[in-house]
This record gives sequence, C-alpha cells and structure tokens, in this order.
Amino acid sequence: MRATREGRREGRWFYFFISPWLIGFIVFALFPVLASLYYSFTEYDIIHAPEFIGLGNYRELFQDELFWTSIKVTLKYTFISVPLTLALSLFFAILINMKVPLRGFIRTAMYFPSMISGVSMALLWFWVFNPQAGLFNYVLSWFGVDTINWFLDEKYAMWALIIMSFWGVGGGMLIFLAGLQGVPESLLEAAKLDGSGRVRTFFRITLPLISPVFLFQLIIGMIDSFQVFTQAYTITQGGPNYSTWFYVYNIYINAFKNFRYGYASAMSWILLIGVLAITFLIMKMSNRYVHYEGGSSR
Amino acid sequence: MSDLSLATGEPPKRRRRKADMAQIIGFLILLAVTAAMIMPLWFMLSTSLKSTKEMLAYPPSFIPNRFEWGNFKELFANSELKFGQQYWNSLIVAGLTVVGTVLSSSFVAFGFARYRARLSPFLFMLLLSTLMLPYPAIMIPQFLLFTKLGLHDSLLPLILPNFFASAYMVFLLKQFFSSLPNEVYDAGRIDGCRELRLFWNLTLPLSGPVLATVAIFSFIWSWNDLLAPVLYLDSQENFTLPIGMAAMLSSKFRIAPWNLMMAASLLSVLPIVALFAVAQRRFVQGIVLTGIK
Repeated sequence: MRATREGRREGRWFYFFISPWLIGFIVFALFPVLASLYYSFTEYDIIHAPEFIGLGNYRELFQDELFWTSIKVTLKYTFISVPLTLALSLFFAILINMKVPLRGFIRTAMYFPSMISGVSMALLWFWVFNPQAGLFNYVLSWFGVDTINWFLDEKYAMWALIIMSFWGVGGGMLIFLAGLQGVPESLLEAAKLDGSGRVRTFFRITLPLISPVFLFQLIIGMIDSFQVFTQAYTITQGGPNYSTWFYVYNIYINAFKNFRYGYASAMSWILLIGVLAITFLIMKMSNRYVHYEGGSSR
Repeated sequence: MSDLSLATGEPPKRRRRKADMAQIIGFLILLAVTAAMIMPLWFMLSTSLKSTKEMLAYPPSFIPNRFEWGNFKELFANSELKFGQQYWNSLIVAGLTVVGTVLSSSFVAFGFARYRARLSPFLFMLLLSTLMLPYPAIMIPQFLLFTKLGLHDSLLPLILPNFFASAYMVFLLKQFFSSLPNEVYDAGRIDGCRELRLFWNLTLPLSGPVLATVAIFSFIWSWNDLLAPVLYLDSQENFTLPIGMAAMLSSKFRIAPWNLMMAASLLSVLPIVALFAVAQRRFVQGIVLTGIK
C-alpha cells in the first residue's frame, strides 16, 4: 500500500515533468481553439477591434460559392487519392512480402520518393507535368497520347495532383509490410494445409489481422488530405478556374490575403468539426470490421 | 530433378512452380513500378544540370549533353534569390526544432511513463486527442498572438512552440520509456539518484535509438513545412527554403528557371538523403511506429 504522502510526492513529479506540454497545450492549442471559436462570431481585420456579429460569418459562408467549391475540391481529392494510395501501398507490400528478388533495393527505391515532400516535390511534379518539355507527356507520347495541358486545364489539374500523391505510396507500403510480417507464419501454414488458396487466405486471415493498420492509415490519410495546402500554394494557386481551390487554401486566402480573420476562423472551426466527425465515423464503422488481437472487437 | 527436390526436402514440383509464377509476376510489376518511381528523381537530377536551352528541348534528354554545374553556383551567386541565406534559415529553424522537440518531448514522456496522478489518464487522453487537431484550425489565433508579441517576420514563431513538446513524439517516447525494465529505475533510486538525474543520466542514455527517430522526424517535418512559414515570414531574407523555392516560380526570370529550381530542390532534399543514408533503420522504425510518412 502506498502512503498518501508518497502519492502526493509522485503527483508533484508528474506535473513537474509534464508541465512543458501542459503549458504548450494551453497556449498553443486550447487557447487558439477557443479564440478561433470567438473570432468566428466576429468581424476582425486585426487593425480594428473584433466586432461581434453573431452567426453572421456562418450565414455568409453557407451562401459563399467558393466555400462550397473548396469543400467539393477537397472531398474529391480525398475520396480518390486516399483509398487508391492505400490500396496501392497494400498491394505493393504484398508483392514485396512474397520474397521477390532484390526486395531490399525495391523497398528502398519505392520508399525513397516519399521522403521528398513539400515544395521540392511540388516543384518537381510541376516540371514533370510541364506540357511542352515535361517528362510525363513525353512518356505518354510513347503510347500515342496527345499533349495534355495538365495544370493549365481544369479538367486535368486535379488528376495531376492525384497522380502526384501516388508518388508517396512508399511510406504506407512500409507500414503495411511491417503489419504483414507480423502475421504469424503458423496461421498461414494451417490455412494452406486446410486447402485454402492464396486469395482466400488473404481475405480470410491476412486482411482481418492487418485491419487495425489499415484503419489507422485511413484516418491519418483522410486527416492529411483535408489539409492539402502546399500543392495549391506552389503549383496551381487554386486554379485553373478554381478546380484545385482546396479548403485550407481558401482559409489562407481569406485570412491572410483578404484579412478576414473572423470569416476564416469560422471555416477553421468547420474544418475541426469535419476532422472529428470523419474520425468518429470511421472508428464507428470499423467496430464491425476491424479485428483486434485477443478477442472480439471492442 | 525430382530426386534432388526430394533430397533437399523441397515441396513437390507442381506446387512450387505455381508459387514461382506469382512471384515472377509480382517481381515484374515491382520492377516496373520502381522504374516509374525513380524516373521523376532522375528527371530532377538531369534537369538540374542542363542549360536553359537544353532544359526546354523536346524530347527531353535523359543525360545532359553538357553538365552545367554553373546552375548550382548560380543559386548561391544570384543575389536576388538569397538562396544561401534561406538555406541557413531553414537549417536554424529545423536544428532548433530538433533540440526543442527532443528535450521537451522526452521530458514530458518521462513524466507520463513514470509517475501517476489522479488526472494522468485524463491528461494522456487529452494529449492523444491533440493528435487530431489540424494546424489550420488553430493557426489564426496563433498567428494573431505572435503578431501582437511583435514576432511577425521572425523565425521565432516557427521554433518556439517546439519547446513545448509534440504530442506524436511524447506518445512515441512514452511507449519506449514504459517498456524499460523497472529495475533500471529502482537501481537508480537506491543509489540516491534524484528524479531529474534518473531522467537525464539513466533514461536518456538508454534511449539513443528512439531519440534519433524523434530527431529525424522532427527535422523533416520542420524542414518541409510551408504553411506556418508562409504565414509569418514576409521579407525574402527571412524566408525558409520552401517559401524561397516557391517564390522562384513567380520571380523576375523571363523564363521559369526550371534548371535552377531543380538544383534548389536537389539541395533541399540533400539533408534528408544524408540522414537516410546514415540512419535508414531509424526511418523505417519511425514510420512503422508513428504511421506517419
């Protein structure tokens, strides 16, 4: 039994050690979340004091065509890019896990590009998609495809960004590979002895066992792609014709170009709610499908 | 042949050939994909060494006719770009971010791993919940706060928050600290080690690899970050590398200087490649543990 004095002493050390995070949490997370809620009910341009306008910003938002455009653009990117990237990275992980030759090299070569992110990657792909002298159209021309004006054509700009996102498939592949290597050999052997084929074994045994990894990646991937900014800022500036007007880019323009901090704060809060909602939703749905080690799903 | 496979205990031939077939197809697919993944990298490298004329030629050449090393020199020599200054800024921000993140996150993680208080489960849940907090949702008040403190157009707002622990890193380190055997700490207590020394002299030296993982990933995140620097930095000599590079697109060049931009991209990837070369295992571990790329 622990003496109360000892318990208090331990408690004091606990708060001593976590104090940097606690302070940081209050100053850089809690305060901003609450402050942006407050600002979202005001008209604020930083020069004049915030002026309370109730639900005015939200009412304006729902009639703002660009706001809806930014949501559509972001969701389109998310719902195409995230599932495809996940499927591809799982597929490649399975292939590498088949003990193919050169797999050390292949693993590194496929993972390497996912380290090149941010502006370097955006500039590189902007150049790769250059209509006149870029690599992509040149390779397509081998297959008889005509010149495509990728980022200058509103029909293709989004697809160019989605293709770009596949380049980062290596990171997810590594995570799946670790998951696959955690599947016990004995289970796979047993299935084989019972006459279960490769495909069946995969869907009945491997996939359920790695489903937590899948779920985690899905959530992280969605949250990330809700926040696409670099590509819009560097390459497209939201164009052509708003076809890549991403949500966070819209916040950025409203706050830091139009100096409408209140209006942009309302959008920030909607983003926050969206992220929480989608996380909650995926978790909820996954209760039915995700298998956790050691018994029924929680 | 069948005798041989019997002798070596290999599975029957029919079964083996089937497995080989899948392997071969898989291997071929992977080779094609690997080639496709590497091609853009090659394009970046070769463009960085091309003259402006050759860079615009169609079809693009895979190996430059003449290696234009001057592109790299131009980056540093061209006073309008301020590339060297921006590279330095990025190094400072990322370097101090690493110092701040490693120190503060391990400190906090030690608290969560070793001590209990009535609120500790709740506070840990709170910490985990901040993992979902998107930066764009909090950036406006943060920006207004730092601006009111007179820190606009300075590197400090990019560095300072990292000295207050990162939730991801605390989580990662807490898992590791909790896995250290209890005897380690007990031995320390008997020796009369005070709590701080327990942290500094015992726990940290045992945690080299995981601290390296934290350092590498906080470096990369800071190095690649664009949004926060874009909000705070206004003058070109204060830019970090990502903004400086993005600005090259809209700068006064008559023709977009793709060769210079590819050279800049290459140089900006260099520290990450160097880290990867010396610590590949830490990368893999970090990705697998945190699930972040």
